[in-house]
Amino acid sequence: MGRHTSGAVLDPPPPDPAPQRSLGDNVRTAMRGIGETLITLGLIVFLFIFYEVYVTSWFTDREQTKLKHQLTQEFVAGKDPTIRLPNGSLPELKTGQGIANIYIPRLGKDFEWTIVEGTTAADLDKGPGHYVGTALPGEVGNFAIAGHRVGKGEPFLNLDHLLPGDSVIIETESAWYVYKVKGQQHNSITSVDSDGIPGREIITPDEGRVLDPVPDHPGVTPTEQLLTMTTCHPKFTATHRMVVYGALDPSETVKRTDPKDLSMPSAIADLYKGVS
Amino acid sequence: MYGWIWRHLPGPVALRLVETLVLLLAVISLLLFVVFPVIEPHLPTSQVTVPGGK
Repeated sequence: MGRHTSGAVLDPPPPDPAPQRSLGDNVRTAMRGIGETLITLGLIVFLFIFYEVYVTSWFTDREQTKLKHQLTQEFVAGKDPTIRLPNGSLPELKTGQGIANIYIPRLGKDFEWTIVEGTTAADLDKGPGHYVGTALPGEVGNFAIAGHRVGKGEPFLNLDHLLPGDSVIIETESAWYVYKVKGQQHNSITSVDSDGIPGREIITPDEGRVLDPVPDHPGVTPTEQLLTMTTCHPKFTATHRMVVYGALDPSETVKRTDPKDLSMPSAIADLYKGVS
Repeated sequence: MYGWIWRHLPGPVALRLVETLVLLLAVISLLLFVVFPVIEPHLPTSQVTVPGGK
């Protein structure tokens, strides 16, 4: 009583003593905590999938816009980083820069990517990447590129939709190169052509032989202009790689004569006809 | 855990709802733009190359 008489403001009544917690209360609290943690982890996994498929693609789109713009400016200026000096060196070729554009009619009219030089994680975040040291577009040997299949814009998501004979168009400052997917037209894309190279194969991740100047044929001197595209397989995993091969069709390749003319030549546009 | 956070947020219910939203957005942004980009290269989903080239 005594301490309440002097002050003008009364203290609040003392709180009730904490109720006795039973064993059941403690078990319930623990179970609720575990349940909430598991639900939270599940939501984080969903968020990660969203990140992997969408958020990384937004980043890649932004990089692609930049690369495409830079490469277009080089085209207009008549500069081609993929052309060697007489001594074979490539002074203008830096990793992470755009070197060429790739179009694949089978994958749709909007399938258009700028290929970057290099295949590190940082390079491939920007778009499909050219394996450093392999041939360049139009050269004899193996022009090899890698691309993501899930997320990062997923350029090679549908690489398995390609059929034998499908066009893969590589646009550089110098030319529109047309590669044709290998494999036998009336047989299967996985059967080998006369030169011993199939249209498509599934390999383990350590089989770097697919990047040889003649894929799968180490030590053989190349005579053809070949194209190799690698991505992961199956989707979302790292257990295997899918590889699709093509060879240059010189008769359909169109040289660029006017650097200022950036429009697609009609012969190249015709490759989209009859392909869905 | 969530009950504990809710009890410790200051203010009336309407304000607590806003605070909850801000907390949620902060956690999501932290995951999307900091945590996931760091751990992602170590996960198998992003491996598309074979050894080679130079």
